[in-house]
Amino acid sequence: MSARLEIRDLQKRFGALAVTDGISLDIAPGELHAVIGPNGAGKTTLVSQLSGQLRPDAGQVVYDGQDITHLDMAGRVRRGMARSFQITTILHGFTVLQNVALAVQARSGSSFRFFGRADAEAGLNDAAMVFLRQVGLADRAQDIARNLSHGEHRQLEFAIALATAPRLLLLDEPFAGTGREEAAQLLDLMQQIKGTQTILLVEHDMNAVFALADRVSVLVYGQIIATGTPDEIRANAEVRGAYLGEEETTASGAAGC
Amino acid sequence: MSAASSATEPTAPRVRLLSRTVAASAIFVLMALIPVVSHLSDDPFLTLAFTRILVFAIAALSLDLILGFGALVSFGHAAYVGFGAYAVGVLMRHGVTDIFVQLACAIGLSAVFAAITGAIALRTRGVYFIMITLAFGQMAYFFFTSLSAYGGDDGMSLQNRSTVLGSDVLESNLVLFYVTLGTLVGLYLMATAIVNSRFGRVLQGTREDALRMQAIGFRPFRYQLAAFMIAGCMASVAGVLLANQAEFVSPAYMSWHRSGELIVMVILGGVGTLLGGIVGAVVVLLLEEWLSIFTTHWRMGLGLLLILVVLFSPKGIGGIFERVFGPRK
Repeated sequence: MSARLEIRDLQKRFGALAVTDGISLDIAPGELHAVIGPNGAGKTTLVSQLSGQLRPDAGQVVYDGQDITHLDMAGRVRRGMARSFQITTILHGFTVLQNVALAVQARSGSSFRFFGRADAEAGLNDAAMVFLRQVGLADRAQDIARNLSHGEHRQLEFAIALATAPRLLLLDEPFAGTGREEAAQLLDLMQQIKGTQTILLVEHDMNAVFALADRVSVLVYGQIIATGTPDEIRANAEVRGAYLGEEETTASGAAGC
Repeated sequence: MSAASSATEPTAPRVRLLSRTVAASAIFVLMALIPVVSHLSDDPFLTLAFTRILVFAIAALSLDLILGFGALVSFGHAAYVGFGAYAVGVLMRHGVTDIFVQLACAIGLSAVFAAITGAIALRTRGVYFIMITLAFGQMAYFFFTSLSAYGGDDGMSLQNRSTVLGSDVLESNLVLFYVTLGTLVGLYLMATAIVNSRFGRVLQGTREDALRMQAIGFRPFRYQLAAFMIAGCMASVAGVLLANQAEFVSPAYMSWHRSGELIVMVILGGVGTLLGGIVGAVVVLLLEEWLSIFTTHWRMGLGLLLILVVLFSPKGIGGIFERVFGPRK
């Protein structure tokens, strides 16, 4: 089976600093692949290049066999690549339902329709409700997104991401800033979604990564120093030296900021 | 359950929509009574003066569509009013008196101008967008100022008003008034439909955050440009009616003062409410009439009112009404 996403020798420099220094990575359909790394390793820069927000200096991003290196963000989302969390997709003045319905609208039919109330389109609303139920936010459908709690915002992010009908989810530190209880809830949700989606999870939170990931890649100073199963990564001496060793003791509290 | 039953029909916005409809109906009915008042008070000027107010209400309504729902603060919106007026003036000069031909030319010209200038201006944000639209507006203004064949700086008087399929019904101030009011109501309904449509939802989403819209798969530019063009075309309709009301066409219609005044109307009436622009146009122009009786410095009074409204009711005069009469939240 060919990879859902292939990253080939990706490079990005900011001045003299190589933030992405020749990263190559394959993500198989259906897997949850986690990228971990200490602060400043270049995780967010990597995701930005994958989502189309940032252009790489060199290298290729191949998605489902197609070179999408020069495609913009909206174009990638339309091909089924959803990015979430570090860039929030929530519109705070819209209701929860409208937020998700808008994401459904993006992929179903033209939005150059000037007549007919969008709020009354059962097709959009019903599809949106399915995702809201999936993330456990159905009873908040009519609330203005601004009034949700922090944890509910994460649930809504998931609903929006799922509503774009993704074939690949790029999740950028979904656990950042979550409390213990919220993190547990989020972990549940991700366990549920896992297996139905191909997911690239960029995360600082070790507990979450080792609980969820099929494979883990370790990013240090813009380079992938190891890729393997969670157990292999735990046992990898180089990784321990570069990253886990120093973090192991605080891993339970590590929640990146 | 409760979520499922309310899924297809949101309840809270529905109430607001209803109260808006009531408010809009009330305003339009009151306006429709103006000629009666004019007749009873034996003041024929009143009908004509209010026709002018309705014309600017159309222009302010069109500006609110992009300013209020797309956060596009166009400082060159009066240019489109001018295009409408000049479509009438220039075509009249060449013997084309039919209002539908004039409307078609006004709308066509505005669409082209909006498409070109909008495509450039929309590459910028915030204050730069304001400046670029101002610059294009002024370019249009100076173009017509230098057009000496059509009156140049002085503008030109019209011999007659436009004809409607060969009939000269518009010569009657009363007919012109109701035609203008009918146009305003029609365009208000159209703007309301647009705002609530799929397109309107994307436009409002972009107003909140363009990057987020891209992150769910939209390319905001094309929606903003379309809205910019629609608003320009609507404003040019106001221009066609303005030329007929004044029986005069002048580049002064498109000066940046006029554009600024349209923004004031929208802000005073309530940004992003559609009805607000209409209310703002009425209030500003009535104040202009009324305050100028007392002092030549009437603009100071207007300025003071604007400051008070912006400070105490960011949603404008419409916001005050909503707080007093609207549903409790």
